Amino acid sequence: MSTIAHADHDHHDHKPTGIKRWLFSTNHKDIGTMYLVFSLIMFFVGGSMAMIIRAELFQPGLQFVDPQFYNSMVTVHALVMIFGAVMPAGVGLANWMIPIMIGAPDMALPRMNNMSFWIMPFAFALLLGTLFMEGGGPASGWTMYPPLVLQTGKAFPYLIFAVHFLGISSIMGSINIIATVFNMRAPGMTLMRLPLFVWTWVITAFLLIASMPVLAGAVTMLLTDKYFGTSFFNAAGGGDPVLFQHIFWFFGHPEVYILALPAFGIISQIIPTFARKPLFGYASMVYATASIAILSFFVWGHHMFTVGLPITGELFFMYMTMLIAVPTGVKVFNWVATMWKGAMTFEAPMLFSIAFVILFTIGGFSGLMLGITPVDFQYHNTYFVVAHFHYVLLTGAVFALMASVYYWIPKWTGNMYDEKLAKIHFWLSTIFANILFFPQHFLGLAGMPRRIPDYSVQFTDFNMISSLGGFGYGISQLLFVYIVIKCVLGGKKATSQVWEGGRGLEWTLSSPPPYHSFTTPPKVTKTLMDY
Amino acid sequence: MASKDIYFVPESSKWPIVGSLALFTLFAGSAMLLNQSPNAKYVFIVGIAAVIYMFAGWFSNVIAESLAGKYNKQVDISFRMGMGWFILSEVMFFAAFFGALFYARVLSVPWLGGEGSGAVTHQFLWPAFKASWPMSVMPDSTNFTVYKDIVPAFGLPAVNTLILLLSGVTVTLSHWALKKAQRNYLNAWLAVTVALGGLFVYFQATEYHHAYTELSLKLNSGIFGSTFYLLTGFHGFHVTMGAVMLAVILLRSLKGHFTKNEHFAFEAVAWYWHFVDVVWLGLFIFVYWL
Amino acid sequence: MHLNKIKVRFLPNFTVILSALFLLSPEILHAAWGLNMTPGATPISNEVYNMHMTSLYVVTAIGIAVFSVMFWSIFHHRKSKGAKPAKFSHSTTVEVIWTIIPFAIIVSLAIPATKLLAKMDDTSKSEITIKATGYQWKWKYDYINEDVTIYSNMASDSVDASQMNSGIDPNTADNYLRNTDTALVLPVGKKIRILTTANDVIHAWWVPDLGWQRDAIPGFINDNWTMINKVGVYRGQCAQICGKGHGYMPIVVKAVPEKEYQAWIEQTKVALNSKNSDSNKDFTLAELKAKGEGVYKANCLACHQANGQGIKGVFPAIDGSPLANLKENIPAHIHQVIYGKGIMPAFGEQLSDSDIASVVTFVRNNWGNKTGHVIQPKDVLAARKK
Ligand code: HEA
Ligand code: HEA
Ligand code: HEC
Ligand code: CUA
Ligand SMILES: [Cu+2]
Repeated sequence: MSTIAHADHDHHDHKPTGIKRWLFSTNHKDIGTMYLVFSLIMFFVGGSMAMIIRAELFQPGLQFVDPQFYNSMVTVHALVMIFGAVMPAGVGLANWMIPIMIGAPDMALPRMNNMSFWIMPFAFALLLGTLFMEGGGPASGWTMYPPLVLQTGKAFPYLIFAVHFLGISSIMGSINIIATVFNMRAPGMTLMRLPLFVWTWVITAFLLIASMPVLAGAVTMLLTDKYFGTSFFNAAGGGDPVLFQHIFWFFGHPEVYILALPAFGIISQIIPTFARKPLFGYASMVYATASIAILSFFVWGHHMFTVGLPITGELFFMYMTMLIAVPTGVKVFNWVATMWKGAMTFEAPMLFSIAFVILFTIGGFSGLMLGITPVDFQYHNTYFVVAHFHYVLLTGAVFALMASVYYWIPKWTGNMYDEKLAKIHFWLSTIFANILFFPQHFLGLAGMPRRIPDYSVQFTDFNMISSLGGFGYGISQLLFVYIVIKCVLGGKKATSQVWEGGRGLEWTLSSPPPYHSFTTPPKVTKTLMDY
Repeated sequence: MASKDIYFVPESSKWPIVGSLALFTLFAGSAMLLNQSPNAKYVFIVGIAAVIYMFAGWFSNVIAESLAGKYNKQVDISFRMGMGWFILSEVMFFAAFFGALFYARVLSVPWLGGEGSGAVTHQFLWPAFKASWPMSVMPDSTNFTVYKDIVPAFGLPAVNTLILLLSGVTVTLSHWALKKAQRNYLNAWLAVTVALGGLFVYFQATEYHHAYTELSLKLNSGIFGSTFYLLTGFHGFHVTMGAVMLAVILLRSLKGHFTKNEHFAFEAVAWYWHFVDVVWLGLFIFVYWL
Repeated sequence: MHLNKIKVRFLPNFTVILSALFLLSPEILHAAWGLNMTPGATPISNEVYNMHMTSLYVVTAIGIAVFSVMFWSIFHHRKSKGAKPAKFSHSTTVEVIWTIIPFAIIVSLAIPATKLLAKMDDTSKSEITIKATGYQWKWKYDYINEDVTIYSNMASDSVDASQMNSGIDPNTADNYLRNTDTALVLPVGKKIRILTTANDVIHAWWVPDLGWQRDAIPGFINDNWTMINKVGVYRGQCAQICGKGHGYMPIVVKAVPEKEYQAWIEQTKVALNSKNSDSNKDFTLAELKAKGEGVYKANCLACHQANGQGIKGVFPAIDGSPLANLKENIPAHIHQVIYGKGIMPAFGEQLSDSDIASVVTFVRNNWGNKTGHVIQPKDVLAARKK
């Protein structure tokens, strides 16, 4: 028996062993590890698809893939990256760190936790399997707009059910996180003492619970429109194709913050550690995050400026969208103010965090430009948008995830990673990511639409640069895998504290932490959390 | 008991992965059915069976642990939070369909009829279409079934409203009885609730039958039929699930499972039942009545 | 084979582009490399361009300010320089300031944006109305009040060069992927209303020089306007993913002086009226095949492919298909091309009798289909009457 009651009177770790440890796990760390490994695999799967995209776009003309297959690469690339790589990585980190950070023995609902993980591989089996079906995978873009998506062949119901399945997983995961944070905190761990990573995740979990079911509803309507004769998205029956877009983006915009908020949380942990100075404006960080989350439900129309909304609608969405820059700005300024007058060192997690602050902000700036309705009529559906969201997603969310791995991996494995290689990985990633995505701004402004397998010749040069950057970035990620594996296998032993500036409960546990994190709840005092 | 002071973390369990696999089979089976793939039926049936097996197994585990007294107050709170937020997610699921209904009524149908920004749309594409709600004549009914009439609010739907409201009362009465440890009243009121739930589903089925055969109001009767059946259909499905859960609770209660202080499962199902009730009120007002 | 060419073309450009980046003068960059949005050819497109530049300058300035502070801190407040960490962790004054300033900046951007949007939204007092309808994958233009309808497909040299490993250098095609067989001809100096809609899936009508794009949604019509100042040819393409041929839906607008426009309208009317003038002529198999190949390329190839094999599971093969081979299926075959079926669009409206006759003949006598069947325009005419 591995109940806590047992672990209480002999302090040896009682782990289940072998394959069952993983298949049947109820342990937040093991589940967290599975999530993280799964998301890394998915990052490579989605990345490989991106490589196919970039290879096809290297020159004008069709060289490698048929346009239909190209479209399905774009679609599945996005779905895999968003639902398979970034979201599970965030949930994995939440699993590993939240119980440790708040002084809990485990997640509140450990069995459900395991189910929300195990759904992922099965859901992706449904989705990726469609690539091998007659008629190929879904090819309508990840946004699945009808009527185009209704032309999907045999892949269609699999796509819909995969989305339902992933939604179930996310909802279970979020419920678990909320219950854990609100119910499992150690004495003294008041809400306003919660580490920011925990705060951002709670808020993310609310976003998930409120938005995923809406997506489920939207795709359900697609399903009935295709197979059961309903006409939600068909004008001939009184519906409207644009209705889908409203419902989709009501989910879709909160979704992008679901990807971004945990990243904000990570950065808010790392910068104080390496600046050896408390986070500037803790309370305003919390309020800013909450404001972003609330606003995110009122801006969905900015993805639909060109569908012909009534002008009042366009104005409303423009104002709301621009407003989000204010709380996001507060976060950026707070990070800079945290660095200000600190005593900084620049290990890999800090380097990635600094790159995050700069590159995410650049992505945010292009977002603000996109938010200006009359100009979005020129930006919409061009590579300017592609550049925008890769800056916030890749050099934003993914960079933060990379930072978090370097930051916490000594805690997870008990070994220090190879700092020199990590720095090389950082510089390669940062340089190549910019070569990859910066020129796409120019492509978009010069008029290159997105989701096309071939382009007119004036776009050639920037596409070549972008593709080379893409290949470079992709290959550099192999180094990341090498560093991670090397660190898991061995290396300099890490102390409990790991980082000189580390504050918070996670640094009071041994590295790696015991199987059940806090068997007796720790007492949390102000000094433990502070500098 | 030491275990009461400490948060219960279950030992490893096979149910989560069984559940994932079961749902996978069910989804794959459903997709195969829709694609008319060979042997789809069997995959689908295996999937259903596996899901039922998983629920039965998982819950009997939980029930056994609960009876063994492993859950303390804190675990109970986790469960409550879990159920509460799950219900919120269900609310959002229905919100998507209500959203579609309002969109159609307030925006898309009037636009097609030439109101607001729909003037050109109407002029060039659907000059003959007149907007109305319920929308009996579609912009182009070639591929749709034109219905004769809609289901009037003050017939069976009104009766069903009463039934659900009443069942909300009876489930509360049985909860009070439970808190006063009056076992007989508890079981009796619970049984009445289950019966009312069953009656509701029966009436709903009758009404569907009537609508399909006599009114030719079908799923493919344009946006009215679409929103009507998806909203009431998903609600009916939830009522069915709720009634099944109530029945399980009734069986457990007959076995003497709940005490006046510890009866989270009972409360969870009662919340769910109230949620289903509230959704129905929304349906009654916006789908049937107004 | 391409490698050498790439090197030669690529390397010098790369260095030039990098140095150009440092110049950051939008006008130069635009002229030389297509780095920036076009100011376009209409008053509105100019305003859009200015709004774009304003917001770009604003965010660049904010970026420089924020990042300078950060880098100053990174260089001076590092442990290796002996920095000791300060203790402060918040300051209400500062926090209020950096909430209010961004808010003020946003308001100052939103005001001109609102005005511009209102202007773009106002389609009243337009003199000419065009209805643009998106099809998979071509555009149809109705000149409302003129009774002129034209279809606009991608030009055939682009079609050839864009086939998988065609061996044709895209640089040799005239305006590769951005050229059509028929342009939308518009007069300069007039307020033109452009209605967008679609026949099958959502498309988007976008010519950057006009300053906007608008979705073309099946079952609904969007209302837009433009007024072109400069005579010229303006190119764009479909901007909303619409399936396999989304990258191959170019738009060409030819802006001409009013007089020339009137002449063009008259001329097109005549041509349209004579469209079915050869419906009663008979052609030889060779004539039909030759004409049919062109029709096939413009209308059918996107789905059924150059080799007639289609795409498995999406578009059926015509090569070897019973519908295109059995003699008793000739009427059904003609019927399907005229009226469409499922995803396959109806071609009856856009193709003349002789077009349809020739493409059906072509399909029945190409690849492995060696039926020898000859379909004449009058057969099509007869099928239409039914
Ligand atoms: C992590 C994901 C993420 C994040 C965080 C954001 C953040 C933002 N996004 Fe982005 N967005 C996407 C992911 C994301 N986006 C994706 C995936 C798409 C495409 C979907 C698809 O079509 O496939 C998209 C598309 C998209 C569009 C639609 C474009 C189009 O299709 O035409 C728009 C339009 O308004 C937009 C706006 C914004 C804005 C205003 C923000 C803001 O939150 C940014 C705020 C941040 C800053 C502004 C920088 C920091 C602030 C300061 C330093 C303060 C001072 C600044 C000022 C006063 C300006 N985004
Ligand atoms: C979190 C989300 C995320 C991430 C991380 C990425 C990462 C990348 N994306 Fe993606 N992308 C999206 C989300 C994301 N993308 C979304 C939402 C869309 C819109 C889809 C739509 O329009 O519907 C999109 C669309 C999109 C397009 C536009 C396609 C089009 O419109 O036609 C392009 C084109 O360049 C692109 C490229 C890339 C590249 C090169 C990477 C790289 O960063 C990937 C790097 C990773 C690897 C390469 C994997 C690791 C390495 C190996 C596998 C080793 C082997 C390496 C080699 C052989 C070189 N993406
Ligand atoms: C937008 C895509 C598209 C275009 C363009 C298109 N088709 Fe088709 N075609 C289809 C589809 C889809 C089918 C299958 C229709 C069905 O059975 O539902 C089909 C079926 C056919 C068939 C019957 C094949 C069989 O075995 O069932 C023939 C013959 C055919 N098309 C000829 C043509 C000709 C000739 C043209 C051009 C004038 C053309 N098609 C243009 C999509 C297209
Ligand atoms: Cu039409 Cu894209
Ligand atoms: Cu958004």
